[in-house]
Amino acid sequence: MSLDEAAMLVPDGASVGIGGSTLSRTPMAMIWALIRASRKDLFCARGISSTEGELLFASGTSRHIVTSWFSQGIVWGVSRIMRSYTETGRARFEEWSHLAIGLRFRAGAMGVPFLPMRSMMGSDVIAQLPDAKLIDCPFTGERLVLVPALNPDFALIHVQRCDAYGNAQIDGLPFLDIDLAMAANRVIVTTERIVSNEQIRRAPDQTKIPFLAVDAVVEARFGCAPHECYGEYEPLFEHLDSYAAQIRQDPDKGAHDYLDRYFYDPKSWTEYLDRLGLEELLDARRRGTSIYDD
Amino acid sequence: MTTDQPGCTASELLAVMSARLLRDGQVVFAGVGIPLLAATLAQRLHAPGLTILFEGGVIGAFIEPGQLPPSTNEQRCTRRANMVLSSTDVLLLLQRGYVDIGFMGGAQIDQYGNLNSSFIGDPQHPATRLPGTGGGNDIASLTQMIVAMKHEKRRFVNRVDFVTSPGFLSGADTRREAGLTAGGMYRVVTDLGIFGFEEHSKEMQIRALHRGVSADDVQANTGFELLVAKDLEITDPPSEHELAALRHLDPDRLYTA
Repeated sequence: MSLDEAAMLVPDGASVGIGGSTLSRTPMAMIWALIRASRKDLFCARGISSTEGELLFASGTSRHIVTSWFSQGIVWGVSRIMRSYTETGRARFEEWSHLAIGLRFRAGAMGVPFLPMRSMMGSDVIAQLPDAKLIDCPFTGERLVLVPALNPDFALIHVQRCDAYGNAQIDGLPFLDIDLAMAANRVIVTTERIVSNEQIRRAPDQTKIPFLAVDAVVEARFGCAPHECYGEYEPLFEHLDSYAAQIRQDPDKGAHDYLDRYFYDPKSWTEYLDRLGLEELLDARRRGTSIYDD
Repeated sequence: MTTDQPGCTASELLAVMSARLLRDGQVVFAGVGIPLLAATLAQRLHAPGLTILFEGGVIGAFIEPGQLPPSTNEQRCTRRANMVLSSTDVLLLLQRGYVDIGFMGGAQIDQYGNLNSSFIGDPQHPATRLPGTGGGNDIASLTQMIVAMKHEKRRFVNRVDFVTSPGFLSGADTRREAGLTAGGMYRVVTDLGIFGFEEHSKEMQIRALHRGVSADDVQANTGFELLVAKDLEITDPPSEHELAALRHLDPDRLYTA
């Protein structure tokens, strides 16, 4: 399936869980395709949101993101786009603790309506969340928080290898992705490489998401760029620095110019990569694969 | 007042002073920035058996010099680690009691050690929407905390605008009463001194001053009344050895500018 075809599966207003965390294993190619397809009012959830969240707001693709932390990354300061959209009420950043989001996906993956946890109590984070409930444990009498299952309509997950059936192998940090995949009603996997089922069966311990859960598989090389994909490429730091500078100057115009140049104008994902530039891609690739060097 | 000690920046001072608080054999859950750097520094100097956990899902990290990550979710965080696991599962180690120390930075703190990284101003109509908790609330809720932050009056306030990560809430026994049965604020390290919390009231108190800083200097940079510990200490300035090790780890001054 192509990125465009996969984007057609996701209707306006759908709830979408986004895999990866901050700058890592972000399903950027699928987000790119959804923004190009002019999707509207997606309800999004991710452990930690970075530039993909900024671009979902700035393009009008989402006006509501559930996440625990939302900015490009600590070295670039507080997100000007997140600030601009949330402070003017144009979009909503619904803040849960990272563990709470993880357990909401896990409850969804377990097929139960909630899970108990011990953080957030006494804070103003929980005071803002009518969907989190305080209870006294029926067994011990202890005070606990119950967080509701999150079963998004779709999960978007990028992996290193996947076969045509959807057996997906993830190298490195899994973040919340395995629970997210099992919790979502439909799963779109983008992958650096589509490999044979025989190759998957040679290392079944590396398969982290089973084909049973997966509805679509799309091959997208450098599918997280300018973010990183473990063992494949690190973030494109120069690109991210220039993006941050452009946004700092003028969040609205900066984001729209960026979307035009990198999201709307390119005819294909390959042309998008071409605009990121071969030199930066190869440098990111050299740094990425070096994780396997001694 | 100037917070730079002779020969080092305020951030370097924070990193060295907080690294000294970590002990060999401890398990520390470190946030990005100064905490990650200070934990790595401790590991290179006096605590080679320090186990560093990252929210991205890492147990036993060894960050490489000059390869500092932009968050704790990149592959750089996994170098020579013992294990990678999901973010949910690494955070659950806190809840199960495997972690000795949580170690974070802070944007705004109050007299009871509550931290705000969510909103400046009224949360309904904020002057500034900040990036939020991440795992900060989980770490502060579930284990003993060290916080490293710059000492400014606007950051040390009587009451935070929003409790993102709980300290001792309203002091005394209110943290426990809220259901938080483990952990609490242990130390706050700033470029002026080192702070703890009075045993009963849980109000912040000065435990140590950095050389050349007086208790009056600290009070003048703090938006609430500080207690002073009976056995107030003066810290030793960062040594050449500590600063050299630190600069080797962060040669580009990504975290220590």
